[in-house]
Amino acid sequence: MTALAQSLPVARPRKRMTPARWGLYAFILITALYFLLPLYVMIVTSLKPMAEIRQGNLLALPMSPSVDAWIKAWTSACTGLTCEGIRVGFFNSLRILVPSVVISIAVGSLTGYALSLWRVRGANILFGAMMIVAFIPYQVFIYPLVRVFSFAGLGQSLVTIVTIHTIFGLPTMTLLFRNYFTSLPVELFKAARIDGAGFYQIYARIMMPMATPMIVVAVILQTTGIWNDFILGLVFAGRDNLPMTVQLNNIVNSTQGERAYNVDMAATLLTALLPLVIYFGSGRWFVRGIAAGAVKG
Amino acid sequence: MERSNVDITNLQIGFGGLKVLENLDLHVDASEFLVLLGPSGCGKSTLLNAIAGLIEVKGGQIQIGDRDVTWAEPKDRGIAMVFQSYALYPRMSVRKNLSFGLKVARTPQDEIDSRVGEAAKMLRLTELLDRRPSELSGGQRQRVAIGRALVRHAGVYLFDEPLSNLDAQLRAELRVEIKRLHARLGATMIYVTHDQIEALTLADRIAVMQGGVIQQLDTPKKIYREPVNRFVASFVGSPAMNFLRGRIVRDGGPAFIAADVRFDLNGYAFRSLLSDAPAVLGIRPEHIEITGSDHPSAVTARVELVEPMGADALIWCRLTDGTAFSFRSDADIQARAGDTLALRFPAEAFSLFDDQSGQRL
Repeated sequence: MTALAQSLPVARPRKRMTPARWGLYAFILITALYFLLPLYVMIVTSLKPMAEIRQGNLLALPMSPSVDAWIKAWTSACTGLTCEGIRVGFFNSLRILVPSVVISIAVGSLTGYALSLWRVRGANILFGAMMIVAFIPYQVFIYPLVRVFSFAGLGQSLVTIVTIHTIFGLPTMTLLFRNYFTSLPVELFKAARIDGAGFYQIYARIMMPMATPMIVVAVILQTTGIWNDFILGLVFAGRDNLPMTVQLNNIVNSTQGERAYNVDMAATLLTALLPLVIYFGSGRWFVRGIAAGAVKG
Repeated sequence: MERSNVDITNLQIGFGGLKVLENLDLHVDASEFLVLLGPSGCGKSTLLNAIAGLIEVKGGQIQIGDRDVTWAEPKDRGIAMVFQSYALYPRMSVRKNLSFGLKVARTPQDEIDSRVGEAAKMLRLTELLDRRPSELSGGQRQRVAIGRALVRHAGVYLFDEPLSNLDAQLRAELRVEIKRLHARLGATMIYVTHDQIEALTLADRIAVMQGGVIQQLDTPKKIYREPVNRFVASFVGSPAMNFLRGRIVRDGGPAFIAADVRFDLNGYAFRSLLSDAPAVLGIRPEHIEITGSDHPSAVTARVELVEPMGADALIWCRLTDGTAFSFRSDADIQARAGDTLALRFPAEAFSLFDDQSGQRL
C-alpha cells in the first residue's frame, strides 16, 4: 500500500517561468547585490594589509588575509588622545545599554499596562501627549534637557544617559505594550481581579508572562536604537562613558598621516556586530500564539 | 459553604451619556439559581459585571449577604465568576489556574491542595491538573474555569454566558453538569445567557431583560405560560409563539376575531377589564390541536409546509386570509402541503396582548 503510494506521487503542477517572473528574480538579485556589496567591500578591506589596499582593487579578495586590523581596531586604535582601541567604547556602550534596555522596558510595559487595562483618569489624553512627544525630533529637547540635568546636579554621567534613554524610549515602549495588552481578552484581567490579584500582581504574574513576544520586540528595538545612538551619548554620557559610536567616529575621523582603511572597516564592523547578533539570534523567539488557550482557540 | 442572598436596589449604570440600567431592583434568594435572559445589548452582562464589582455604578446599592458591597473591590464581595471566553491564565497549568486566587489570598498550602483536589474531582479534572490551557478542549477549558470559581467557596457564583463558545452537544452536556453542581452545592448562582433553552432548563427564576429593564421576573413555567408582554412571549420558546392580529369583541361571549375566524375566549383568564379593542393573540405551536371538522370551534387552515423534527413535526399553515402560523403535531402526521386541516385553538393556552402597548390583557 505504502509502496504503491510512493510509486505514484501526486504530480505537482510546475510553475512556468514567465518573462514577468524572470524580471522579478532579476530585480531581487540586483537589489540584494546592491545591499551586500558594501558589506563585502568592508569585510574584504578589513582583512587586507595597507599595502594591498593601496593597489586600489576594491573588490579583489585579500591575497594574504590577516586579522591584524581587527586586533588593532579592538585594542590599540586611537580614539582621540588615548589609544586603547574601540573596546573601551564597546564596554561603555554595554554599560549604557543593559540598564537602559531593562529600565525602559520595565517602565514602558508598566505604563502600557496601566493605560490599557486600568481606567486611569485622562488615560487617552496622557497617551496622546506621549505620542506627540514621540514625533517631535529629539534635537529640540537636547538643550533644555542639558539645562535640566545640570540644574538637578546630575550633569553628564551614566545615570544621566540611562535616564535619557529611558525617557526617549518611553513613548514607543508604552505604545507597544499598551496595544498588546489591549489586544488581550479583557476577561483575563477581570478574572485576575476577582481572584484578588492587585495592580502589580496582575502585571507581574499574569500579563508579563504572556507578553514574551512583545518583550522580544522591545529588546530588539531598544538595543538597536540605544546601541546606534550617537548624539545623546555624546551630549549626556560624559567623557568617561562615551559610547562605541562616538569612539568609532573618533577613530575614523581623526587620522594623522595615512588613513588606515582596514582598521576603520574593522572598527565599523565591530560596532555593528551587536545589532547584527541581536537580529539573527532573536528571530526564532518571535513565537506567535502565546495567548492561545486563554480564549477560544 | 456560605450561601449569600443578593439585593440590588435602584441601580443606575451609564457610560458617558448613555444610560444602560436605570432604577433597577432585583432580589436573589440564597441558594437560588437566577438566570438573566435577554438579547445582546439588553444590559444583562452589565448587571452581572456590576454585581461582580468590575464596572462602576452611578447610583443605587448592591448588597451581597446583607453586606453593602456597592463600592467594594471584586475580591471582597464573596463572589466567583465564570466567563464566556474562559479567561484562563495561559501561562499557568490547570492546577495553578485553580489555585492562583487562593495563593494571592495567602491561603495555607494544605487548604489550597484540598480545595483544588475537591473541585478537580467534582469536575473530572484530576488527570488534567498539570496541563496548560492550550492543551485542553473547549469543554475542558470551561470546566477549569468553573473549577477556578468553585475553589473560592464564594457566597455567589456568577456565570457570564459560560456555554456560548461551545458547540451544541458540549453545551447540553455542561448545562446538565452546571445544574447538577447547583443541586449538589446549593449555592447562589446568577447566570447570564441569551439562550432561552438554557434559561428554562437551569433557572429557579428567570429575569427577562430588554433595554436595561427587567420585563418579567418569574419561574420558568410562568414565563413560558404567562408572558407579561409580547417581547417576553416572542423571546422565550422555540419554535416561537404564533401571533395573530385581530380584535376582541364582547358580543355573544368574549371572542377574538382575526380575519373571518372567531376564536372563543371562554376560559381565558383576563388580567384587565374586557373591552372591544384591537389586540394580538399569542399561542404556542404545541397548544394547537388537530380536531374533527365537525367540532364547533374548529378552524380550517391550509398546510403550507411540514418540518419533521424527529420526535415531532412542525406544520406551517395559513388561515383563509393568509395569516401564517405553525403548530406541533406528532411525527406520524400524514399532512402534506395543500391539505386542509381542522384545528382547535384552546383559550386556556392563549396569551392576549394589547395591540398598542404589547402588554398582556
